[in-house]
Amino acid sequence: MVNVDERFMEVSMGPQHPSTHGVLRLLVRTDGEVLTAARPYIGYLHRALEKIAERVTYPQFTPFTDRLDYLASMNCNLAYAMTVEKLLNIEIPRRAQIIRVIMAELNRISSHLIAFGSFSSDMGAFTPFLFGIREREFINDLFEMTCGSRLTYNYIRIGGVSKDLPEGFIDKAKEFLDYFPGKLKEYNELLSYNAIFIKRLANIAVITPEDALDYGVTGPNLRASGIKWDLRREEPYLIYNELDFDIPIGRGEMGTVGDAWDRYMMRIYEMEQSTKIVKQCLDMLAPGDYTAKVPKVLKPPAGEVYVRAENPRGELGFYLISDGSTKPYRLKIRAPSFANLSILPKLAKGVMIADLIAIIGSLDIILPEIDR
Amino acid sequence: MEPKGIYDILSKTFGSKIKQFLENTFPPTIIVESSAIVDVCKFLKNEEGLNFTSLMCLSGVDLKDQGKMAVVYHLFSITHRHKIALKVEVDRNEPHVPTVEGVWATANWYEREAYDLFGIIFDGHSDLRRILMPDDWEGYPMRKDYVYPKKYHTWDV
Repeated sequence: MVNVDERFMEVSMGPQHPSTHGVLRLLVRTDGEVLTAARPYIGYLHRALEKIAERVTYPQFTPFTDRLDYLASMNCNLAYAMTVEKLLNIEIPRRAQIIRVIMAELNRISSHLIAFGSFSSDMGAFTPFLFGIREREFINDLFEMTCGSRLTYNYIRIGGVSKDLPEGFIDKAKEFLDYFPGKLKEYNELLSYNAIFIKRLANIAVITPEDALDYGVTGPNLRASGIKWDLRREEPYLIYNELDFDIPIGRGEMGTVGDAWDRYMMRIYEMEQSTKIVKQCLDMLAPGDYTAKVPKVLKPPAGEVYVRAENPRGELGFYLISDGSTKPYRLKIRAPSFANLSILPKLAKGVMIADLIAIIGSLDIILPEIDR
Repeated sequence: MEPKGIYDILSKTFGSKIKQFLENTFPPTIIVESSAIVDVCKFLKNEEGLNFTSLMCLSGVDLKDQGKMAVVYHLFSITHRHKIALKVEVDRNEPHVPTVEGVWATANWYEREAYDLFGIIFDGHSDLRRILMPDDWEGYPMRKDYVYPKKYHTWDV
């Protein structure tokens, strides 16, 4: 605590703080209850993943991508695999593509469930968090029966996936998809349309479309600002162009377009859409290969690619430079949360301290991918 | 617009400041002289028909064998749905690149990261501090010739 001037007080929020979603430190300057500035300090989880990438072979880096956004490991695996495949120029079997979409969307649901739950507990309601975790267990079970892990999957590999779907997966997945929409309704009754919850979030920390683009905000946060942009639709990869789903955008239902409530609600809407996608994919599954033929020693031709995919938190991009050897020459990870967090100082100016928690929660950042 | 078309427009406007067009990268890359990068970015953002609304990614690259340091900008237009990469190459011993923070606000953090990990100095940057490494860290870890320290303060690394 430092006294800068009689009026202001500088307080460190974090690095250890229950509402910072990981190890994030915010240096906030307060004028009574009002913030005059908030400065994020990041890097506490820096593990030099980009440097590690230069020391390991292409397939060896896949498990490291699990540790980017650990709540959406499948999506991170997927984006990395697609990047290397782009360099290798290989065709992925149709069954593998469908399995990838199923996994990516299930992981999106499970990631949004945590976003929903942790946000509600940030806002002082603990019960919804337990609800979110309860439903997430189903998805974890599905993942466990597929690849043996419940958090870091290392399932989507370069060329396809590591093994075929296990027996009984489809039935269990269908069971979950029948059960889940009812729960979403329950969440809405319990939390989304709760008067206190709305009061706390409506009109708070509005991100205008211009600011969103300027700061590189992507994913649900961008769509909450009213911009209809989803890579799954606009730059379709895998089989997304064959699927029928909507891209929900913020409409300012409770206040202004792009406020904290809109950002929160995007996640609920997206879970509905993901349920729809998985359902269609399960019906599309036909027997076939689950992986393409990939050489044991991978030597992609020299070249540069930037490939991006729609992750639960936004656009995850990999900029990969290959010099023709077995290891990447340079791998830059463009993490969605990194850009999403960079808008925080702008949003936090002039808000109440309690609203700062709402802002961090509504942005749904995750620190391991920011710090890499 | 096709990347080749974007390159042609840039060459016409900026002449010799636009050095090369690399077609085989994805997305195709235009190599730009470092002194012109801010003007080129402003032009790309504001010119009707180009409107590069977003800076998707900004990366530092150490080209040690060529004695150079590169900064790569991946741009994208949400209105026209086209994308392009720009590359600036500077001397490795004195890597100075003007900041594009004034064009896209998101560049602020990306440039801090490139400074932190590669030691690239972004001239005119409003807040050029380390971002991922501790403030008192010595050296730039992502450089190819970086030697790991044995100790950081009293701890073994």
